Amino acid sequence: MSRPEPSLLSSVRGQGDPASDVYEEHPPRMGFFTDTSLCIGCKACEVACKEWNQVPEDGLNFTGMSFDNSEGLSADTWRHVAFIEQRKPIADSQANFQHTGATVIDLGLDSAPGGLDTEFRWLMSSDVCKHCTDAACLDVCPTGALFRTEFGTVVVQEDVCNGCGYCVPACPYGVIGKREDDGRVWKCTLCYDRLGEGMEPACAKACPTNSIQFGELEELRERAGARVEQLQHAGVSDAQLYGHDPHDGVGGDGAFFLLLDEPEVYGLPPDPIATTRDLPRMWRSAAIAAAGLIGAVGASFAGRR
Amino acid sequence: MRNPIREWPLLRQLQSGDSLARGEAVKSRHTENLGNRAAEADQVVKSVCPYCAVGCAQNVYVKHGKVVQIEGDPDSPVSRGRLCPKGSATLQLTTGDAREHSVLYRRPNATDWEQLDLDTAMEMVAEKIVQTRRDTWEWESEGARVRRSLGIASLGGATLDNEENYLIKKLWTALGIVQVENQARVCHSSTVVGLGTSFGRGGATTFPGDLQNSDCIVIEGSNMAEAHPVAFQWVMEAKARGATVIHVDPHFSRTSAMADTFVPLRTGTDIAFLGGVINYVLENERWFRDYVLAYTNASTIIDEDFRDTEDLDGVFSGFDPVDGHYDYESWQYEGAPVAAASGNRDRYSETHGNGQAMRESAHGESSGSGGPSVQGEPRRDETLEDPRCVFQILKRHYSRYSPEIVAQTCGVPEDVFLKVCETLCANSDRDHTSAFVYAVGWTQHTVGSQYIRTACILQLLLGNIGRPGGGVMAMRGHASIQGSSDIPTLYDLLPGYLPMPHAHEYEDLQAYIEADSAEKGYWGNMSSYMTSLLKAWWGPAASAGNDYCFDYLPRITGAHGTYDTVMAQLEGKCKGYFLMGQNPAVGSANNRMQRKGMANLEWMVVRDFSLIESATWWKDGPEIETGEMRTEDIATEVFFFPAAAHIEKDGTFTNTQRLLQWHHKAQEPEGDARSDLWFMFHLGRLVREKLAGSEDVMDRPILDLVWDYPTSGPLDEPSAEAVLREINGKGPDGAALSSYEQLRDDGSTSCGCWIYCGVFADGVNQADRRKPREEQNWTGGEWGWAWPANRRVLYNRASADPDGNPWSARKALVWWDSAQGRWVGHDTPDFKADKSPSYVPPDDAKGPEALGGSEPFIMQADGRGWLYAPAGLADGPMPTHYEPQDSPFENSLYGQRANPARKTYPHPDNRYHPSGDEPGADVFPYVVTTYRLTEHFTAGGMTRWSPYLAELQPEFFCEVSPELAAERRLEHAGWATIATARGVIEARVLVTDRMTPLKVHNRTVHQIGMPFHWGPNGYAKGDSANELAPMSLDPNAHIQEDKSFTADIRPGRRPRGPARLQLVEDYKRRAGVTAGTGVRP
Repeated sequence: MSRPEPSLLSSVRGQGDPASDVYEEHPPRMGFFTDTSLCIGCKACEVACKEWNQVPEDGLNFTGMSFDNSEGLSADTWRHVAFIEQRKPIADSQANFQHTGATVIDLGLDSAPGGLDTEFRWLMSSDVCKHCTDAACLDVCPTGALFRTEFGTVVVQEDVCNGCGYCVPACPYGVIGKREDDGRVWKCTLCYDRLGEGMEPACAKACPTNSIQFGELEELRERAGARVEQLQHAGVSDAQLYGHDPHDGVGGDGAFFLLLDEPEVYGLPPDPIATTRDLPRMWRSAAIAAAGLIGAVGASFAGRR
Repeated sequence: MRNPIREWPLLRQLQSGDSLARGEAVKSRHTENLGNRAAEADQVVKSVCPYCAVGCAQNVYVKHGKVVQIEGDPDSPVSRGRLCPKGSATLQLTTGDAREHSVLYRRPNATDWEQLDLDTAMEMVAEKIVQTRRDTWEWESEGARVRRSLGIASLGGATLDNEENYLIKKLWTALGIVQVENQARVCHSSTVVGLGTSFGRGGATTFPGDLQNSDCIVIEGSNMAEAHPVAFQWVMEAKARGATVIHVDPHFSRTSAMADTFVPLRTGTDIAFLGGVINYVLENERWFRDYVLAYTNASTIIDEDFRDTEDLDGVFSGFDPVDGHYDYESWQYEGAPVAAASGNRDRYSETHGNGQAMRESAHGESSGSGGPSVQGEPRRDETLEDPRCVFQILKRHYSRYSPEIVAQTCGVPEDVFLKVCETLCANSDRDHTSAFVYAVGWTQHTVGSQYIRTACILQLLLGNIGRPGGGVMAMRGHASIQGSSDIPTLYDLLPGYLPMPHAHEYEDLQAYIEADSAEKGYWGNMSSYMTSLLKAWWGPAASAGNDYCFDYLPRITGAHGTYDTVMAQLEGKCKGYFLMGQNPAVGSANNRMQRKGMANLEWMVVRDFSLIESATWWKDGPEIETGEMRTEDIATEVFFFPAAAHIEKDGTFTNTQRLLQWHHKAQEPEGDARSDLWFMFHLGRLVREKLAGSEDVMDRPILDLVWDYPTSGPLDEPSAEAVLREINGKGPDGAALSSYEQLRDDGSTSCGCWIYCGVFADGVNQADRRKPREEQNWTGGEWGWAWPANRRVLYNRASADPDGNPWSARKALVWWDSAQGRWVGHDTPDFKADKSPSYVPPDDAKGPEALGGSEPFIMQADGRGWLYAPAGLADGPMPTHYEPQDSPFENSLYGQRANPARKTYPHPDNRYHPSGDEPGADVFPYVVTTYRLTEHFTAGGMTRWSPYLAELQPEFFCEVSPELAAERRLEHAGWATIATARGVIEARVLVTDRMTPLKVHNRTVHQIGMPFHWGPNGYAKGDSANELAPMSLDPNAHIQEDKSFTADIRPGRRPRGPARLQLVEDYKRRAGVTAGTGVRP
């Protein structure tokens, strides 16, 4: 994982507590730990989120992507449950299938490493805005619509957003999107309006198996560390944390995950980097170049007199 | 005064620490003032989710008289504040714009709806009831007094409150209408029989929260994580504590994803599977000896005339192949006959057709609270060696169920099967308990009741009943379907599982009581329960002199269940129909016959939120599309009444753990929408007004009926509390009773449902108790009120040994405290609190006094769990594997392929498939099962109209294995047509590993799985899976077999128009289907 470089703008890189740069006093950083080993794929999170935030439904579309008809995060889907069917077990689970070689989609590949025709697992995971420590969307927003809350989360102010859409390509996860009929961008607010009243986010409250856990980020990270160890001891060798590391390309996520396979399997970028990370360096280089150019030009004139 | 200069972000940026304007400085005024509608609500109203039977508590936020938010209530010990996607969509369901709010009316032969005002509509319906009832009234039927009308029927109740179900049953019964049914018939009626005959009560023996104490949980015939997600959290708790979770099912679902072991098996073969486990337990002596000896009827001696399926190649003694019924005389305990289908032995043969009418009806359900009565004292052999003792009979009966047979029949490899057996046995002993969780994967079969019996036998042998982490957890499906079985809106029962009187059998109250009451056990007080019910219904008019108006009750003369009603509709006998929150055009087997039945009615009334398929079939149903019927030719007059939602009324739901929870009204219903309480009450009022002053004796029951509930508010809403108080029961002074032990048979007490007596104990609405879960133990005994008497784990006396000490400290639940002279512990004892373990009843003791201190199954006449059921079941004292009605296979165990006693309906629209080795069976070579998805709910009326749910699962699809897809050239995400002799439908195709081929009878068989939520109406549309299912019923509960049948599948969409019907005919021709195909035996 790459480290953010020291720069003129280094004060912007919160290094784990982004709210301290912008608030004199603020409560502890809040976030999500989504333990996908507990997810039953029920999508209560998707619905509870839409209900609370009055997010519009985004159309009837049978995708054939297992049970995932939501497809991905967007302006109109702020929690998205992914489903991945694989021919391998979780630890020593047994599916006892009797598949004889035909596959759902024949890619001409061997079955998954160690996979047998009897093995199977169905991974489910609820994806959400990561509320990055180094949030590129926040960096590029020209209007101040996107801002860092006192809880360390990233929220769009719908009364300020002018729909310029800069934030959309900026997000390394492809989370934020624009509502075409509305013109503004929308994404998960980590239920900012609920946190302010001491209520937990709608998705975390609804989740039947407590896969979505809400709380102080530091405490969640500790809990997650213990959980992934516990799983690995139990033989779930694929168990890994994602987005927990403050040294990753986005400075660690405010919403991080326990996955049971590589991030790519879930449609997540394996090495997300804040797209604005190199901007300070680029500007510095440009400034140096400009200074050099001015210097050279100046020198060329100075030499004449 | 706000200063815009001071608020200027640039200024704030410079003045505050937020120099780059990324936080504090850019917060707009709107953001600063952000509140939220829950925090700003005027009030928070306590309610309960209206979807499934888990009964998650909901907090309903109200502002300015309107509901603005609904979310979970974290105080609930049942749900801990969580909600599944459907519960989370309750706001959209109840306040969204998919709901109708105007009464709609369709004239005979009209092509469209018209508006009708509510009062006129009510008048018209009341008039229709009076007219049709008069036109179809019969005082007698075949020489027996019946005092009824078969011209009107009613369906619905599982989504309604207990108070509503109570008024529905009360009013219809007083009008002589017996064809009263609800979803319970088609869903868990076999549960009542299976659990009731085994243990003495027909409800789940434990509650989902207790699963956290299990060492092993077997989920079978259930997709718990999808159908009951919030209850599934307790399985996850058990897992976190190290429990092993096993899921046995034809398809790999989201439940399977959480299981340690998934066992794919062929649908319809669970009796073979569980029978195999029973055999393993017995052969390997893994049964809990001390428990079995003391608490089951293992030692009881059976009549010497009894013959097992082993002797008669698949049938028991007493089978009459002509009428397809069993005479269970030879199944009895030796010397102690059991009067189950009721009537004492003399009377039994007196009824016409040799008790045929009795055996026709689903009488096993009256075991719902109180098992069959035993007359006398049976003989026992405590050494368990007598070849005629239950234990030896059981052993012999299941000796054939070897691991090879299980592999052959179920498609479960021997090593997988043995591993399940071993895991279960290792987790069932003094220190360990295992639980079974099941649902309609077990109930909806021609052997549904026996499925459940098999699990009960196994759990008794393993000593898991009545102990923490043990039990048989029946997961019912609708918000109050337990209530609509208890109260009930079922044709064969009166409240509290009292049997509906048969013509002939009970000429008077005394005879009725004698026929069913037991000498021992709580059923011994049946006269008190019945008399109190009659007093609740007919009040002052009911006295000892007139048998407490027992004669006012209409009589049944056989089967009048929902499928029989459909036949009666087709025959023109049933002319009027009420549908209340039920959608049989999608939810019942053989949708087509449901619609054709409705097309033959004179009038029908539909009450629902939206225009469901059962309301619009005359306009746009499949028969219109194929041209088989023309709208203009359909004379059925249709009324649509918009129904109030649960947030618009007070009342109680009873969830799957027998827990009554009161929900409060949060807002007034809009427009013409009214509660079903309002509807029934005012309909009754109008009918009584119309009949007022009538001198006709037939009208006495309706005019003498107690029908004076107080009303209030702008809509004249009747008081649900008043109804609940009536249900609870009142003493001679009108004060609320606290226990059914206070009921008397001298007319001094009244009680609408004896098993609910206590819900208003001390005049306090116990169902409204909301003590937060953090303030009590895991049983949550002070949240709501459970029947019986607020006991949470039933038969919990069995958690202690015969001396009254827990079998182990780890599994302690209740135990005898000799210092206090009472039973104490973590749960309310399901036992007389002060009866010592050593109590031996005197010889002349009667009723509950006749039970000893070590007889935990207090509702059973002999105080024991029944391994062998001498009565109560129409198709055998022990479960036997039979193939489903439609099956590609012969029975690997016996010559008798299918359940010989099953109920079939020969009809051109209900043809069965050739099965097994019959020619033509290969035309329908694939095995089909249906199931739920978590995003939708039953027949879709409460989810297909909600965009937030519809978009999650937008289209009807079928699931097939890659192997089947290759065999039939099905394209993933393409279309497929699925065909049976009943109909053809189309579905999107999901090719998935989760469906696996199986090796059965040495050949590969493929299964097709389908969710059954769709119909052509609503936002998310699709064909209905139940177009394919036949009407073939379990003989005990008359529940249909829609979980196992056969079909063909081919790629592409189905034909439209007459070609659709032609395709069905082609299939029937090719398979050689005739009127006699598949008809029993």
